[in-house]
Order: sequence, then C-alpha cells, then structure tokens
Amino acid sequence: MTYFLLIIGAVFVNNFVLCQFLGICPFLGVSKKTDTALGMGLAVIFVMGVASIFTWLIQKLLVLAGIEYLQTIAFILVIAALVQLVEMVLKRFMPALYSTLGVYLPLITTNCAVLGVAILNVQAYGVVGGESLLQAFLNGVFSGVGFTLSILLLAGIREKMDVSLVPKPFRGFPITLIAASIMAMAFAAFGGMIS
Amino acid sequence: MKTSKSKILTNGIITSNPVFRLVLGTCPTLAVTTSAFNGLGMGLAATLVLVCSNALVSLLRKVIPDKVRIPCFVLIIATFVTLVEMLLKRFVPALYSALGIYLPLIVVNCIILARAEAFASTNRVGDSILDGLGMGLGFTLSLMTMGFIRELVGSGTIFVGSLGEAEFGLVLGSLPDYAMSVFVMPAGGFLVFGLLMALINWLTDKADKKRKEKLVAEAERIEEMKHYLDEMAENEPEVKVENLDGQEVEA
Repeated sequence: MTYFLLIIGAVFVNNFVLCQFLGICPFLGVSKKTDTALGMGLAVIFVMGVASIFTWLIQKLLVLAGIEYLQTIAFILVIAALVQLVEMVLKRFMPALYSTLGVYLPLITTNCAVLGVAILNVQAYGVVGGESLLQAFLNGVFSGVGFTLSILLLAGIREKMDVSLVPKPFRGFPITLIAASIMAMAFAAFGGMIS
Repeated sequence: MKTSKSKILTNGIITSNPVFRLVLGTCPTLAVTTSAFNGLGMGLAATLVLVCSNALVSLLRKVIPDKVRIPCFVLIIATFVTLVEMLLKRFVPALYSALGIYLPLIVVNCIILARAEAFASTNRVGDSILDGLGMGLGFTLSLMTMGFIRELVGSGTIFVGSLGEAEFGLVLGSLPDYAMSVFVMPAGGFLVFGLLMALINWLTDKADKKRKEKLVAEAERIEEMKHYLDEMAENEPEVKVENLDGQEVEA
C-alpha cells in the first residue's frame, strides 16, 4: 500500500512539472510534437531511474565520509557522467533504443528534474537500509512517468493549437504557458487524494 | 569586437532579458516567485553565482581545454552554489528554507551555463563580470516582477519578508481576505508568466512597428526631397545665348 501511494503521489499529486516546477525547460522546449515529447519522456524515465540508484549510493559514501555538504557538486558530476555512460552503453548494445532516445540524452544533463529527484529522494527517504533504495528508485521512475504524462498532454494540446487562430502576442511560449496553467489547475485537484 | 561597458550591462537587463526574452531559467522563475521577497532572494543568489562563475571561467579560459570545458564550467558553478547555500543557511535561514530545493538547483540553471559558454569563455574578466551582473539583475528584476504580482493578487500583501530579526512588508487592509490563492499555486505561476510574456511581446511589437513607421516616413521624406530637387533641375530656365548671327546656341 505504501508503494501504491508512493506511485500515485509521484505521478499525479506531486507531478514534477505541474506541481513542483521541475523540468520546465524540456516541458516547454520539446513539446511541439507528441512523438518527440514521448521520446524525451522515455529518456527522462530511464535516466531518473538509474540516477536515483547511483545518487543513493553516492550519498551513502558522502555520509560515511562525513562530507554531506559536497552533495550538490557530487550529484551533478555523477549525473553528467552517468548520462554520458548511458549514451555510450545504449549506442553499443541497444542501437534501436539509442536511435529513439539518443538526441534527448545530452539535454537531460541540464534538466533540473534529474538533480531535483536525487536531492528530494535523499531528503525524503534517507540512505538507511534497502527499503529506502527501493523507494528512491520507484520515486525516480514514477516521477519520470509523471513528467512524461504532462509533456505528452501538453504536446497534444500544442498540436491542436497550431491550427487555431491565436492572437499575435500570445503565439509561441505565452499561449503554451497558459495551457500549462489550466493543466496545473486540473492537476491541483489531485492534491486532496493523499493527505 | 568592441562593445561599450554600459551596453554589456544593459544587454542582460533589457535587450536579452534571460527570463522574458531568452526563456532561460524557467524553473526557479515559476517556483519561487510566490512573493517578491523570495524572488529577490533567488535573484540575488543566482546573480552572485553568475558573477563569480563568469569571473572564474573568464580567468581560466586559456587554461581549460576545449573538449572538457562543459564539465569544468559545471564544477565551477557547483562550487559557488555550494558556497552561496552555506552562506544563506548561516545568515538568512528563513530564505534558505523558503527557496528549499531550488537553491541547489541553481547549478542546472541554464542562464549560468549559457553565459559561461557564450560570453565568459571568450571575453575578458572585467567584461564577463559586467555581463554576469547585467544578466543577474535582469533575472532578479523579472523574478521580482512576477513575485510582486503573484503576492499582491494571491495573498494581498506587498513585499512581506524577514531578514534575521527584522520583519517587514505591507498588508493591504482586508485585502488578504479576498486574495485569490490560485495565484500563489503552480497554476497561477504559469498564468502570470504567460500573460507577462504576451504583454512584453505586444510592447516589443508595438515599438518595432513604431520604429519601422518612423523609418518609412523618413524614407518617404527623402524620396520627396529627391523628387523636388529633380523637378527643380528640370524646370531650371534654359540659358540661351544668342550668337552674333542672331541664332540660338546651347550654352
């Protein structure tokens, strides 16, 4: 039951984009078409899942050494290296997957959602015991699912908006932001689901 | 390439305002602007990191090999972010907890990496510091504008905050009772950001149009003047000279 709540919470209630404002850059930048949005979403799920595990291990090391204040520096370097590694491994062993996700991977390094989930995991679950690792991993993956959900929805709306008549000053980013605002209002309704 | 110092400074504040014109650093822009004070705090923290990292990147620009420059920039930025984090935690704990997770996330704020890459890595130290200052102030001003609007409509107060022991701010009578709390919620953030951006687009379009009209009017005037001169030249009375035989000859 705890895990079920964790998953619902990560996807809907604390949706990364619409409730926590993490990963807005790709949310606005890569949401012109549904297929690119899906590609970006899958890449984010993948990297966030892997990064959750690795940053858990790094945090454990930092705590052991008593240098938690280096968290930010250590995490960002690990994530950057990890994205590079994932890119190389995919290219070598899974060329089919690489051809779909490849272009999005470098963009993810500067995506604050990945660093954000790592820091939030440590804050919420700590680094004691195997259970916290599982929780961190699930939170990472399903926060990614939440990101994918919202970016896909927005991409769908933007595809429709391309053919409608938008007042000139609103074209591009402004109308996208207003669409996102209405989506956020809808997602705010999930807020009461888990107390 | 020689640009004046003041131009470097104002570039970030107006012409290429990082938030409204370049659309960089949107996450903190939306997340921490529930009040003007938070916006100011976030803006100043980012400005400090931006100025320091720009200065260091510029100092090291001849030392850092081109191939590993991005990781180096990230490391430099992360170092200064950690410093700012420690300073805030020690001296302004209220702001530290209000900014929460978005403080360490300054590391991945695209504005800072973008300025390191686009400006500091090719320019001199003084100019880089000015550029960092301009971009940072532009960021701070945008955040404060957003925060001011959201705070006013969403909580009915103006610039409420606390610094150490001192508390300040203005509560507008019974306005808080009628506040629309949706504006301090995520939806309001997106909405205010979108509307402000549309307003700025509209103003820039209008200014552009005015400038264009002025240019067209100028061109028309020049054309008219040319026409007038041509006409004058044509209507110039022909000077006729008669020779001794009484026949006309061309002058």
